[in-house]
Amino acid sequence: MIRVWLPGHLRTLANIDGEVQLEVQGAVTQRSVLDALELRYPMLKGTIREHVTGKRRSFLRFFACQEDLSHESPDAPLPDAVVSGAEPFLVVGAIAGG
Amino acid sequence: MSNVRVLVGTRKGAFILTSDGKREHWNVSGPHFAGWEMYHIKGSPVEPNRLYASQSSAWSGQVIQRSNDGGQTWEPVGNKFVYEGVAGTHQWYDGTPHPWEFKRVWHLEPSLTDPDTVYAGVEDAAFFKSTDGGQNWQELPGLRGHGSGPRWQPGAGGMCLHTILLDPSNPDRIFIAISAAGAFRTDDAGQTWQPINKGLHSEFIPEPTAEVGHCVHRIALHKSRPNVLFMQKHWDVMRSDDAGDSWHEISGNLPTDFGFVIDVNANEPETIYVVPIKSDAEHFPPEGKLRVYRSRTGGNEWEALTNGLPQSDCYVNVLRDAMAVDSLDKCGVYFGTTGGQVYVSSDAGDNWAPIVRDLPAVLSVEVQTLE
Repeated sequence: MIRVWLPGHLRTLANIDGEVQLEVQGAVTQRSVLDALELRYPMLKGTIREHVTGKRRSFLRFFACQEDLSHESPDAPLPDAVVSGAEPFLVVGAIAGG
Repeated sequence: MSNVRVLVGTRKGAFILTSDGKREHWNVSGPHFAGWEMYHIKGSPVEPNRLYASQSSAWSGQVIQRSNDGGQTWEPVGNKFVYEGVAGTHQWYDGTPHPWEFKRVWHLEPSLTDPDTVYAGVEDAAFFKSTDGGQNWQELPGLRGHGSGPRWQPGAGGMCLHTILLDPSNPDRIFIAISAAGAFRTDDAGQTWQPINKGLHSEFIPEPTAEVGHCVHRIALHKSRPNVLFMQKHWDVMRSDDAGDSWHEISGNLPTDFGFVIDVNANEPETIYVVPIKSDAEHFPPEGKLRVYRSRTGGNEWEALTNGLPQSDCYVNVLRDAMAVDSLDKCGVYFGTTGGQVYVSSDAGDNWAPIVRDLPAVLSVEVQTLE
């Protein structure tokens, strides 16, 4: 079971209370986790990754296991601790704006 | 008795203000979508409880929300705005070509006849349409493909399509305005467009009477007379009596002809309202006095409306989508400020009162008159 933690405004948008737990088929990567997340919560499409390019939105970051994975390939395997569910995959809003 | 519902978009959420036809006592609901920029909220004229809202943030991009119960509950609908074909380039601030990039929806305009049809004006400027209640959006690419698109340039607020006017007498005719490209009209329901900027004069562009490049801030019409258009340009208040084919200036005795909003009294097609702003560098009212100016002669002769508005030390702005009128008799006029006030006049502008004073900066104000 993959655990995903979203920023508050996206939890509100998707009506999510707390952490998301997802079943991911095949390799556990940023792409497969976010695909599974958007399949369950279609309203999140376009809010984490841009619609056309599929790229991470500039002011969001991906963290796990105290590492910044934002610049990793979306198809790179996520850490074992994320795959096992010991650690969550974190989508974090940048500290910016007013 | 009729009721009114005022839909307010702010930098940090949406608010819904309701009252009966006296417009004296108000119920305030919100913030809805707290923390998000709410550029515009508007209801369907044929099904008033059907509302559409543009919700966006720098972090998470664009969301479109829809309500079927007048804003009590909402559901996110489609947010995929993709330019048709090769997106191409427009001019960047430095004059170099810059790829067209979707940023946000500035304005949502529900159809006059079908609650599931809604138009969207977006940044970078383009015109989109949904026929399924906002689930799916298609660009009508004839506007960007008009030929002048590569010469369009953003204004300071971005290259936004901010105004959409549907002609109630001709379903194929639509007017739009873009900062800083100008005004355009389609007579075939959005397939092809022509610029309608003849008569505009803008000193800040290399060719002041160019076909495109004018920073039009807002246009307005009265539903009984859709060939008459009123425009607040960056500088200059303008009027057209031939559906935009030609314009002439009606700034008259205004203290400054810079501003953003313009609107038409719902009962008197020759009565129009603007809020003069000091200059493009000083986005606040001249002399620190917040004054709505009303012309009852279709322009040129203006009177200051001040009763109930702050007449000292007021340095707010009134943004382009932040004025609206109801259709009661007497006509109600509403506007919101960057200081978070929403003012109402229930007597066509003679007297004003704040409905709320301390909202986040107001981006847009719309009003529904409900039977």
